[in-house]
Amino acid sequence: VSTAAPIPELRGKEHPPFYRDIRVIRWVGQLAVVAAVAALLWYLFGNVRSNLVASGLPTGFGFLDGKFGSAVPGLPDAADLTVAQTFAAGFMNTLRVILFGIPGCTILGIMIGVARLSDNYAVRAFGTLYVETFRNIPALVWIFIIHFAISVASLPPITGADNLPGTADDPTYFGLFVVSNRGIGIPWFDPGASTEVFIAGLFVALMAVWAVNVWRKQVNAATGKPTHGGRWGLATFLLVALIANFVAGNPLAVDGAGIAEGGRQIEGGMTVQVPYFSLTVALTLYTASHVAEVVRGAIQAIHKGQTEAANAVALTTFQRYRFIILPQAFRIMIPPLANQYLNITKNSSLAVAIGYIEITAVFGRIVNNASPAPQGVLILMGLYLIFSLSISFVANFFNRRLSLETR
Amino acid sequence: MGAPTETRENHPQPEEPLVPDEDQPVTTEPLGQRLKEGLFGDLKNTVLTLVFGTVLLYVAYRSYLFLFANLKPTPDGDLVNSWNVVRDNLELFVVGNQFGRTGISYSMLWAAAYLAVFAIGFAVGPVNPAKVPPMTWRTRISIMGPALGAGVVFANFTETLTPIVLMLLLPVALAIGFYLPRVLPEVVVNRRGIIAVVLAALVFALETGFDPSNVDDFGGLLLTLNVAFISIAASFPLGVILALARRSSFPLIRPIAVAYIELIRGVPLITLLFMGAFALAFFLPPGSDAPPGTIRSIIMFTLFSAAYVAEIVRGGLQSVHKGQTEAGQAIGLSPATVTARIVLPQALRNSIPPLVGQFIALLKDTSLLIIIGQFDILGVTKPMLSSLAYANQGYFPETYAFVAFLFWIICFSMSRASQRLETKLGVGTR
Repeated sequence: VSTAAPIPELRGKEHPPFYRDIRVIRWVGQLAVVAAVAALLWYLFGNVRSNLVASGLPTGFGFLDGKFGSAVPGLPDAADLTVAQTFAAGFMNTLRVILFGIPGCTILGIMIGVARLSDNYAVRAFGTLYVETFRNIPALVWIFIIHFAISVASLPPITGADNLPGTADDPTYFGLFVVSNRGIGIPWFDPGASTEVFIAGLFVALMAVWAVNVWRKQVNAATGKPTHGGRWGLATFLLVALIANFVAGNPLAVDGAGIAEGGRQIEGGMTVQVPYFSLTVALTLYTASHVAEVVRGAIQAIHKGQTEAANAVALTTFQRYRFIILPQAFRIMIPPLANQYLNITKNSSLAVAIGYIEITAVFGRIVNNASPAPQGVLILMGLYLIFSLSISFVANFFNRRLSLETR
Repeated sequence: MGAPTETRENHPQPEEPLVPDEDQPVTTEPLGQRLKEGLFGDLKNTVLTLVFGTVLLYVAYRSYLFLFANLKPTPDGDLVNSWNVVRDNLELFVVGNQFGRTGISYSMLWAAAYLAVFAIGFAVGPVNPAKVPPMTWRTRISIMGPALGAGVVFANFTETLTPIVLMLLLPVALAIGFYLPRVLPEVVVNRRGIIAVVLAALVFALETGFDPSNVDDFGGLLLTLNVAFISIAASFPLGVILALARRSSFPLIRPIAVAYIELIRGVPLITLLFMGAFALAFFLPPGSDAPPGTIRSIIMFTLFSAAYVAEIVRGGLQSVHKGQTEAGQAIGLSPATVTARIVLPQALRNSIPPLVGQFIALLKDTSLLIIIGQFDILGVTKPMLSSLAYANQGYFPETYAFVAFLFWIICFSMSRASQRLETKLGVGTR
């Protein structure tokens, strides 16, 4: 006995109108937003174009082939370079900061981070003092303190005959180093030898190490003898490097820095510019405080049982960190560490405040020399994106290599 | 019988603190014994103690000389206290070198300061103190200590009594704001967020003398704090929108948000500030005037900060359990309502501690203003150190040390306060 009313057949005739169909609304809404963003960009682009034309500036990128215009301290041949070549020189200078800064802040950061977890009160206090001092004061203030209040204020001036070799104010140490306000001279490869050949030889040495490593692993798999990878690798590297040294005309016979005849110049070796020195030291110290916190967090995230197990098999503190704790902590550290590397790269732009000519400083100079600022900003952003993407790429590679294999 | 049949109901256990007290010593040995074993337990420890203890003592000794026995010769041959450079320029450090142009009286600034401190106390004061985990003495000291130290240093450098008295009364305003939520009716306390925003706007109106364009003549601490506060406040809505866009299911909108966030995060702040200084005028319609320098940098700071706020809020959104969304959908709420009433409030609460961290970072980043020629705390040192009285006499260490001290006080106490906030909100312990 069915009393229920028949269910009306809706399908096919009672479709909601298209303007109430959620799929239509979603796509129309999205297209509207995209159109609005595109219109805004088009409007801004049009403004830039007409403003550039109105002020007589080029609208394209042709200015890159023009002359940079003037000599710059730290970039003496800049007057002969094109704008593009100056950007390239600035790029190399940024790279120099990173090449020293990243290993420096990593090593120092790991040491401070481990110190903050020490059982010894004095060591812990030192670590805490370091971290809280460096990370709560802006990087730029550190750069100013180290450059103006320390480097410039305390490096001895070289002014002339008073500083010649043999005089009382000779700033040369051991015949190898010069410490002065015109730069810090350090021994470097003999410029007479073919350094390129030697560096190529070092690459060959690295490849030989890799090959020996593969061979030792095969020996180990076949016979069970220990690989002794470290010893074999080191011996191979030294041997090949030594051969490369003699092939290239002995560049390892280093050339020490000294004071030139006038007493105002440093000659020989390599001269490290004072702003570069200040910048790199300041950024390394500053970033190390952040790296230390990353390291401390990662170590504290390792299960306590790992430490107890290491103690149970009587490892020393060094062995515990080297073989048990740090390898596991590295896995956790990689993403935040990569972030700090990105920060030190971006912070290298602060060099502009103390006159070290890296890419941001080059940009500032070319804008003052009547190059168009909007295109300059685009190039600048593009160059920094190259750095950022490279660091992210390497970090992602290691992250994938070291991540735990889970189901 | 007794013991085995006892239940929790009959004998309630003492309530455990939500977070273990770090000050609680693990061992019960007397402090002297523990110190002795910790510092000189074995040979390795003794060597470490001697090396690092020497370093710490040397740092302390040099700091003492730098702070209390620091004399410099004048061109006339007299010896003067090096810290005179701070004492003589305290006004520059606080309000900058162009503040006179605005015609704002200092009493207005003090009123704004009192209102600001009151608003902060009102915003963070607990309604029901019993529900808040107890504060350890270490936390109390690390939050209050720096403020106290800053007060002592400022009192040392002021020449009249009025600012000292006015400064001593600031904690009173803080305390009134802090205890007010306990006595006010619930209707008011529940709208604390809106009231705090209104109070902040009022603070801004007071300090600018009801004319926002006066910001352009601000300098020193005043400029630093204003740029940081305005930028983080203005970047907040933009950041939330970007985070929601990045997490949305709209395939056309997501890439726009991703492109913006990653582009901004990929470049250094100084390039954006240069863009504001050199290139912003090019983006405006031809013939129109670019806004004044401070406004331009606030715009760039806001655009910069929005990308970072977006990533923080995205993290907050990810930390909200999916069940919350599903529960909202199950009772028939629209997607917009689920986001606005269920997901966002929880996400934003989880984002508060990292947002404070972002604010600290932004505050440190305001030091970049010196590079584009503006006069924040670091920027005012430029006219100061090139003035006739101090140029070329080696006043760099004292000046920059004071700048560093100002930044340190603000950043350190705020980072400690944010750790406390994390404890209070129970982030990560749920």
